Amino acid sequence: MDKLTIGNVQLESRLFVGTGKYGDDALIPKIIEKSGSQAITVALRRINFSNPNDNVLNHIPQGVQLLPNTSGARNAEEAVRIARLARAAGCGNWIKIEVISDNKYLLPDNFETIKATEILSEEGFVVLPYISPDLMVAKKLVEVGAAAVMPLGAPIGSNRGLKTKELIRILIEEIPLPVIVDAGIGKPSDACEAMEMGAAACLLNTAIATAGNPILMAEAFGQAVAAGRKAYLAGLGVSKIEAQASSPLTGFLYGEKE
Amino acid sequence: MKIVVNGQENFLECSLPLLDFLQLKNINPQNIVIEHNYAIVKRDGWSEIILQENDNLEILAFVGGG
Repeated sequence: MDKLTIGNVQLESRLFVGTGKYGDDALIPKIIEKSGSQAITVALRRINFSNPNDNVLNHIPQGVQLLPNTSGARNAEEAVRIARLARAAGCGNWIKIEVISDNKYLLPDNFETIKATEILSEEGFVVLPYISPDLMVAKKLVEVGAAAVMPLGAPIGSNRGLKTKELIRILIEEIPLPVIVDAGIGKPSDACEAMEMGAAACLLNTAIATAGNPILMAEAFGQAVAAGRKAYLAGLGVSKIEAQASSPLTGFLYGEKE
Repeated sequence: MKIVVNGQENFLECSLPLLDFLQLKNINPQNIVIEHNYAIVKRDGWSEIILQENDNLEILAFVGGG
């Protein structure tokens, strides 16, 4: 069985799903079920005293791997603080580092991300850093103990697909850690393309949450990721400029008299 | 007495244990995390902390995120 191992956890599904942007969190269990996802991202926020018991964990089935993120952090120090809080909340030791100070494109700060990854890896966290795809940054993340690297395909929530495809391809080729494409994936075909290329997994949120029918879209993404993975394992055929016949050219028509 | 909770001023009649404050505010202690004066307080320490004038609390929970 082809499984993805991160930290000491084995996942059968290579689709990670976010829980943001649902008008009604009650949709989330169905999204998780239909997508087949076993790793789910959540965020940490101040309790709202007008609805103090509103907690997304109430909608996440037992047994899935929680991946809290550090969204809201603008530097390494804030990311580390959020990570420690998330772990203290009793949801395990996985953390998605997300350090952002650019409000227009929400592009991650790779340098602060490296700093936070180093600190948290030393503290025993399983660290999955969200990055702009850059080979030198990814190599540094390997050195400081990241469990995976998560390059963006396009800006968060943009649904624009694999705009950084070539840079992600280089990471897949050169980095000895799972490369999880995170952010920007808009269509199941984008996710499938990333998986065909050898990505270890895809993480997405907006493409499902903002679909006309999120539950059906969750299923479509689950199938697309699985199909792309199978295609990668099967080995894609060689691409050629000119045609190469698929049917045998028996040639008998050419041998007949005019 | 005044304490600051999630950035907002709160007024309490007297000092009370953190756990009692949660009950007062109808907060289910499941799946939340608390910083008291910028230090994380483990769950089993919630009944031992007595809130004092000018204390700072952050009470956090998980929400949807990507």
